[in-house]
Amino acid sequence: MRKGPSWFNITSLALGLAFLYLPIAILVLYSFNASRLVTVWGGWSTRWYVELWHDEAMLESALVTLRIGLLSAAAATVLGTLAALALVRFGRFRGRLLFGGMIYAPLVMPEVITGLSLLLLFVAIDVDRGFWTITIAHTTLTMCFVAVIVQARLVDFDRSLEEAAMDLGCPPIKTFFTITLPLIAPAIASGFVLAFTLSLDDLILASFTTGPGATTLPIRIYSEIRLGVKPEINAVCTILIAVVAIGLVAASLMVKLSGGRRSSAPIGAQL
Amino acid sequence: MESREAKKPLAGAWLQRLAVLVPYLWLALFFLLPFAIVLKLSLSETALAQPPYVPVFDLSAGFEGLKAFLAALSPRNYVFIASDWIYAASYFRSLEVATLATALLLLIGFPIAYGMARAPRALQPILFMAVVLPFWTAFLIRIYAWINILQRDGLLNQALLALGIVDAPPAWLATDTAVYIGLVYSYLPFMVLPIYATLEKMDETLLEAAADLGCPPWKAFWLVTLPVSLKGVVAGALLCFIPMVGEFVIPDLLGGSENVMIGQMLWTEFFGDRDWPVASAIAVVLLCLLVVPMMFYQHMQSRAIERER
Repeated sequence: MRKGPSWFNITSLALGLAFLYLPIAILVLYSFNASRLVTVWGGWSTRWYVELWHDEAMLESALVTLRIGLLSAAAATVLGTLAALALVRFGRFRGRLLFGGMIYAPLVMPEVITGLSLLLLFVAIDVDRGFWTITIAHTTLTMCFVAVIVQARLVDFDRSLEEAAMDLGCPPIKTFFTITLPLIAPAIASGFVLAFTLSLDDLILASFTTGPGATTLPIRIYSEIRLGVKPEINAVCTILIAVVAIGLVAASLMVKLSGGRRSSAPIGAQL
Repeated sequence: MESREAKKPLAGAWLQRLAVLVPYLWLALFFLLPFAIVLKLSLSETALAQPPYVPVFDLSAGFEGLKAFLAALSPRNYVFIASDWIYAASYFRSLEVATLATALLLLIGFPIAYGMARAPRALQPILFMAVVLPFWTAFLIRIYAWINILQRDGLLNQALLALGIVDAPPAWLATDTAVYIGLVYSYLPFMVLPIYATLEKMDETLLEAAADLGCPPWKAFWLVTLPVSLKGVVAGALLCFIPMVGEFVIPDLLGGSENVMIGQMLWTEFFGDRDWPVASAIAVVLLCLLVVPMMFYQHMQSRAIERER
């Protein structure tokens, strides 16, 4: 077989990447457009960002979204890591099949079903809907993604290191914190970042479980988009993309510094 | 392996149990229990009350209360869904759209995954990140980006007019074409990555052996590469197909107001008509449609873990 890329491979890759990135690039470009008409280029300008800064409703939404994102990602990281340990390490326990099902089902379950069912739960137990109900909904969805990422790392992990520590008399809990945790830390970190970005992005779960005073950014963006394209929305979207990109770079730097070999690679391979 | 695990547990037994129990209970409470409530509500009736349905289960009434509660349940929401052709049409439409979009995704995603797997080793992590990255950037934003491009005086029509391909700007938004573009665009990473994962692990000497034995490249592709990548193809197809059947945002923002998909139907029943019982019944039927592919997907995933352990 011929080694190296053929013209066919290069073309399909180039076209594929162009398809993935061109729309985002256009969106970012037009957020710096001086013209109010979103389809006509009127020169460079940052006026939409300035207007955004004075849009208090939008700022408030951004704040709510960030708080929900950080809180739910933190909770999802803890729960998801425990779930991954349970799946990979604790052998067979009663109800393991159901547990696995509950981890994998939310990954593919249409969000309208998850959203509706969570809302009905919150109504049935009669809690005030808003910040906390959205946080719980996001934690439930994103912990499954964290579990899948961490589990991938645990599966290809050299257990003899742990055994060596314990043979030398290290107690199991200390072994976990000094050996296991540092080794799976890169996966946990990328799990956290993914949970955070999924929460920033979620419209459907948030729409179902929201209440007065908790309008997240996606809910606000969605209601504006329905009325048509606006340059301010281009600016909001560009900022969101920048936040996610910075988070990703930070996460991959963390992985590099901690000497992780496979970085965030398992995510796609596992899904 | 199993015996060693038993001899040397990672942590104390009670600690292990706790570590299983916490995520277990969380998911049971916030994922499993809600489905029971959806099922119950789908058998209830709409009411002008808060919450907007009857019967409401009343614990204080004891056994008599339970009997009255059970007697008040009825399958009339399901009869209603079955009798109105619009719901069946909407389910069919969702299955049809998801099937065609999955086929398109395979056609577009496979060459990309193949190109990635054949790229020089040093380039592969970068290409991998390049495909993953859009998956991490907001989904809603990516759909919005397409509205920018597809609107009547948008860039696509400007380009088509400038190149003289069309005389009058065609409408792209609110058409099926826009829905398929949105679906393919949003789900592409989910299709590419599992296929890439299997192709990347493929033993290239297999192809060399085929070539040495006089097998032409296209035949080697058909007889060797495709069967090896089948697992990734199936995983990618399921990962795209299942959520696409219940998709709401993409058909809502890019599609027309006719031929709505079932996710939109559920959304309208719930938020528009505030008919919670019918919305629940729609959700239950949708879940029944998807339960077989979902169990198949889970089966594949658990098998993959068992193999690697």
